[in-house]
Amino acid sequence: MIKHATLEKNSILLTVLILVVVSIGGIVELAPLFYLESTIEKVEGMRPYTPLELSGRGVYIREGCYNCHSQMIRPLRDEAERYGHYSLAAESMYDHPFQWGSKRTGPDLARVGGRYSDEWHTAHMQDPRALVPDSVMPGYPFLAKTPLDGSDIAAHLKSNRIVGVPYTDAMIANAASDLAAQVDPDGDEMEALLARYPKAQVRDFDGNPEMISELDALIAYMQMLGTLVDFGSYKAEGANLR
Amino acid sequence: MTFQDVSAFARTYGLIYLCLLFVGMLVFALWPGNKKRFDEASKIPLRED
Amino acid sequence: MHILSVLLLALGAVATLSLALQASDGVMSFHAGLMGLFFIAGIALLHRRRRNWAGGEGYEDGIIRAGAIASTFWGVVGFLVGLVIALQLAFPVLNFDLPWTNFGRLRPLHTSAVVFAFGGNVLMMTSFHVVQRTCQARLAGGWAPWFVFWGYQLFIVMAATGYVLGVTQSKEYAEPEWYVDLWLTLVWVVYLLVFLGTLWKRREPHIYVANWFYLAFIVTVAMLHIINNLAVPVSWTGTRSYVVWAGVQDALTQWWYGHNAVGFFLTAGFLAIMYYYVPKRAERPIYSYRLSIVHFWSLIFLYIWAGPHHLHYTALPEWSQTLGMTFSIMLWMPSWGGMVNGLMTLSGAWDKLRTDPVLRMMVVSLAFYGMSTFEGPLMAIKEVNALSHYTDWTIGHVHSGALGWVAFVSFGALYHIVPIMWGRQRLYSMVLVNVHFWIATLGIVLYITAMWVSGILQGLMWRAYDHLGFLEYSFVETVAAMHPFYVIRALGGLLFVIGSLIMAYNLWRTMRGDLRIEAAPAGTTASTVAVGAAS
Repeated sequence: MIKHATLEKNSILLTVLILVVVSIGGIVELAPLFYLESTIEKVEGMRPYTPLELSGRGVYIREGCYNCHSQMIRPLRDEAERYGHYSLAAESMYDHPFQWGSKRTGPDLARVGGRYSDEWHTAHMQDPRALVPDSVMPGYPFLAKTPLDGSDIAAHLKSNRIVGVPYTDAMIANAASDLAAQVDPDGDEMEALLARYPKAQVRDFDGNPEMISELDALIAYMQMLGTLVDFGSYKAEGANLR
Repeated sequence: MTFQDVSAFARTYGLIYLCLLFVGMLVFALWPGNKKRFDEASKIPLRED
Repeated sequence: MHILSVLLLALGAVATLSLALQASDGVMSFHAGLMGLFFIAGIALLHRRRRNWAGGEGYEDGIIRAGAIASTFWGVVGFLVGLVIALQLAFPVLNFDLPWTNFGRLRPLHTSAVVFAFGGNVLMMTSFHVVQRTCQARLAGGWAPWFVFWGYQLFIVMAATGYVLGVTQSKEYAEPEWYVDLWLTLVWVVYLLVFLGTLWKRREPHIYVANWFYLAFIVTVAMLHIINNLAVPVSWTGTRSYVVWAGVQDALTQWWYGHNAVGFFLTAGFLAIMYYYVPKRAERPIYSYRLSIVHFWSLIFLYIWAGPHHLHYTALPEWSQTLGMTFSIMLWMPSWGGMVNGLMTLSGAWDKLRTDPVLRMMVVSLAFYGMSTFEGPLMAIKEVNALSHYTDWTIGHVHSGALGWVAFVSFGALYHIVPIMWGRQRLYSMVLVNVHFWIATLGIVLYITAMWVSGILQGLMWRAYDHLGFLEYSFVETVAAMHPFYVIRALGGLLFVIGSLIMAYNLWRTMRGDLRIEAAPAGTTASTVAVGAAS
């Protein structure tokens, strides 16, 4: 029986050794990212997503947009000219999960905010090839017809707070009204929304005031991408800070 | 903790530690006394169907 | 024991069925209902087979037969979905502009179907075969292996239907949402215990090296899966969740996971297949057992560091990118060590390549392994990556590994296992294996060359300047230039799908016990023909 016990120990020993060996690389690479202060740049302007933007981000994730669109501009000359200033780590600090992507079947979207009009996005989602004949993007005509389900938006903000996004009590309490306020530029809640979420864009995004659609949310999300950081006050320092 | 601290550790003790691990593994694999065990083990797949 | 098992399953059924009734979204009630049915069917199955599971004699081979059928089925499904999305990129009208059929939802369906459904079933099937044979012990745990098998199929069905219905957390190759992740964790822990339990029962003093690779695959995938998928659900009765990691930390956690899904799922696990089935098929021991030990420890040590090469020139700190690049290049050595070890096993028996198409498939898989593990370190060099990243070159690289290495070595294992497990003299047809081999090889060559050309072309077009110093091409011009290559790629995919259908047919006829009367290939002696049916 003693022999059997040592044999059992061998396979346990093997398992433990494997765990030790495969842990080293992960610990050395992952742990410092949480402790080194230089990992995320200090910038002006980052804020959590508005309830409508967060919902739009949910649609973006659900439809798998990340399969074809990156949100990460590299510091290369052609990318700076095509897409704008290279992406900062700070710009995705509230992204759970990140949407950097790995493939550009379509163009990068890190700074697509403000590049096209809402009308362009609405028509493009309806039928991409009507605007860009050589595009291979699927059409998403159903988004404009589907009402956005915002019933549990406060719970979404709460979950985000648990994982570290600085949503305040006021933001969570007013999540539903903030969501509606962002598509209603004539409403009374607009001021409060803008106070909580500076630079939030308030308008009826999909051109259909009858209903808050999934397309409203998606366009609101895309129109704010890359618009928050104030690059006028940002100075890159040191090689490792990029 | 700064980048410099981590980097200094990695270049000295970290490097030595990983090299020792590698040498230890090589010694285990090439140790002459282990040869018989390994030869036996390598025939295991041919025993059963 | 029996009463306890039934009680556990009944508890699971009550919990999941009540969740199905209270779920806050339709997909959750659908999936919880599926889990409930799973538990009820489990109780019925447990009752019917209790005698068999309580004290089975000999090897547990039923689960290997089930695994062979599941692997073949999911393989064909996964390749077919791949063909569909390849055609969608060539002819976008095939997206039908519906939620359930657009590329964004079908692409994760393809990747999960081939990696986890096909690859995962092959790994489980072969690991259950190899661990029993090399330990001379019956699979441990009574009904536990069957829980692993069916639980894993349920995971696949929940993941796949979830994607199509719009449930995803958008982390590549880890798209399933929190509750599916939890389910897989449970299944995986039982898998690890079954595997370890069988090692403990072994009558053979050594743990053969293939089992080391399987063990590393199981343990490391558990670690990667749990850490990468840590998430906070929006509601305990809903599908949505938010991952605990954010931005740059999430990016590295994801690609630490993603690259090691390649390293431990698609490499270590399939190297285990190589270390058992190549020697078996060649009827000689592995070329160097010492080399296999060095191969094992250096491979698992180095692989885990390589993740950051997926994030070159991103907002990930530069020291991390440099580490990832360095270790990726070092990884070239153990990879080729393993390839050499497999190939040299045939030294003195090279003639078998001419006569045994199954062995040929395994050997060509090693050649593709060598090719893609050379290409990988090359693409991990930052300057090369600046061109290749975000382009189809990456897609081509993945497929030279996935089709050439993973799928081919799996086909070889399936062709080897099925006649043995069904007690047949040999495969239904060796000629059809040969046809499968050539048609699939042609498909792979078309696929990867098309992707090399389109990837490098697109990378160069993105950075091309005209003589006035402006960017020469708009983005959509580079998309239009891809069209012919996307058509060629789809053609390559079609050939690969046809090959897999031929295999499914051949295996099905073999299972039925049919033998096609075929002349032995030129140069074959009676003994080499018998290899096809080895005991």
